[in-house]
Amino acid sequence: MGNASSMLTQYDIEEVQEHCHYLFSQQEIVALYNRFCQLDRSAKGFISSDEFLSIPEFSLNPLSQRLLKMVDGLNFKVFVAFLSAFSPLATVPQKIELIFKVYDVDGKGRVTFKDLMEVLGDLTGSFMSEEQREIVLSQVLKEAGYSRDSPLLLEDFMKVLCKPGVTMEVEVPVD
Amino acid sequence: MAGLATSSTEMDLDRPNIDEYLTVESIREAPKKLHLRDLLDISPTLKEAAGAIVDDSFTRCFKSNPSEPWNWNIYLFPLWCLGVVIRYGILFPFRVIILVAGWIVFFAAFSLVHFLLGEHNKWKREIERKLVEMICSVFVASWTAVIKYHGPRPSMRPQQVFVANHTSMIDFIILEQMTAFAVIMQKHPGWVGFIQKIIVESLGCIWFNRTEAKDREIVARKLREHIQGVDNNPLLIFPEGTCVNNHYTVMFKKGAFELGCAVCPVAIKYNKIFVDAFWNSKKQSFTMHLVQLMTSWAVVCDVWYLEPQYIRPGETPIEFAERVQDMISVRAGLKKVPWDGYLKYFRPSPKLIERKQQIFAESVLQRLEEK
Repeated sequence: MGNASSMLTQYDIEEVQEHCHYLFSQQEIVALYNRFCQLDRSAKGFISSDEFLSIPEFSLNPLSQRLLKMVDGLNFKVFVAFLSAFSPLATVPQKIELIFKVYDVDGKGRVTFKDLMEVLGDLTGSFMSEEQREIVLSQVLKEAGYSRDSPLLLEDFMKVLCKPGVTMEVEVPVD
Repeated sequence: MAGLATSSTEMDLDRPNIDEYLTVESIREAPKKLHLRDLLDISPTLKEAAGAIVDDSFTRCFKSNPSEPWNWNIYLFPLWCLGVVIRYGILFPFRVIILVAGWIVFFAAFSLVHFLLGEHNKWKREIERKLVEMICSVFVASWTAVIKYHGPRPSMRPQQVFVANHTSMIDFIILEQMTAFAVIMQKHPGWVGFIQKIIVESLGCIWFNRTEAKDREIVARKLREHIQGVDNNPLLIFPEGTCVNNHYTVMFKKGAFELGCAVCPVAIKYNKIFVDAFWNSKKQSFTMHLVQLMTSWAVVCDVWYLEPQYIRPGETPIEFAERVQDMISVRAGLKKVPWDGYLKYFRPSPKLIERKQQIFAESVLQRLEEK
């Protein structure tokens, strides 16, 4: 399956489907494969950062650099697993888990104040100063009962975001 | 928004309307107090990113859509094989011979005229023009092109430019065989560049270089000079700036529309049943593209010469460009897309990200005030 010019076999599709916990239908996986091959222009078996950035809408996203760290060099199976959090069938905890991973991009298992500052920095750019961001984050953390010195864990994210939940859905165009 | 100013030193999107196309989901209706979850919940931004990964309208414009194979059963397959034999074994060599013969005649005649007749001999230009029209007809014959021209033939007058949608370099040849246009082209390497230099120069062409930022001003000046000249060939411009797959049109650059003269739109639509004329320059060299055309049955297309348009009072060049893009898209049955074709070669301007960041930052700060 690594060679992009080969067709997906039924066995491949089922393997990918299992890996993404059946959050995509087989048709959607085939459609995603066509898309994957379209983006992976040199048929290497993974999509490089450059190829992601050639999608203008992606390159214009404030979090594109952070996301690139997560998606760069993924093979098709893991690519689909990454996108599965955006499936309408994905549960709210699964979506929250992805959000946690975007914050905790180096995978240490906790989100530090520095991570929060980085993401807020990506989202606000030069329109908020470092001090302003620190003040805002410290204030909202304190109000929610957290301190800026202790990192946030996945359970904390679940607690904060689960009510009223998170909608984060993307439709895979199936022709 | 008026905030996106164009500067000639940047590869900018000179199109304010693109903001309508990018959804800004972080706008809140009424400012409410800021909570931790508002900052942690980056789901709208992630959703947009994932949406772009899964499908985006820009990449769609440059996708070569393979046609459904029709040779899939026991009866059709031998027919198809026969077709392949005829195409590659009979048609292709025959076409190559026509092409080579045509080129030999052309080169002989052209060299004669070019070197023998004096610089400003008025016959020289006439003959060179006719010769170019002839070689284009030879090219067209080598693909067995079936071209239907609709509308009045372009006339040679000053103060007019022709604009057309762009699918492949053969667009130029197809239009050229009817009228000797002067074009503005990107210089290509290889044998195409050689032909461009020698022959196309005689038509009075203008060169540009995508990678040179300052180029825009120089080119704009050359364009203006050209259309003033009474004797110059009518100028043909492809305002998309790049080849698109003939299902969509990308943004028409305003350069052709701010010259203060008549703009005559030309719409070109290829019939894909016979061959897909889209030249995917990232996938194929021009030589391979020509070979593909010469080994197909035919190139079938429609060319519509539309009514000349003038800029309306109060209309900006960008709006004018969009209006003409609409006219051509409707006539040729193409879908309009607001992206700049140059995004194939360059990254989008960071100014657009800054807009989103500004909106979000202001909303956060505003809500911080609310108690």
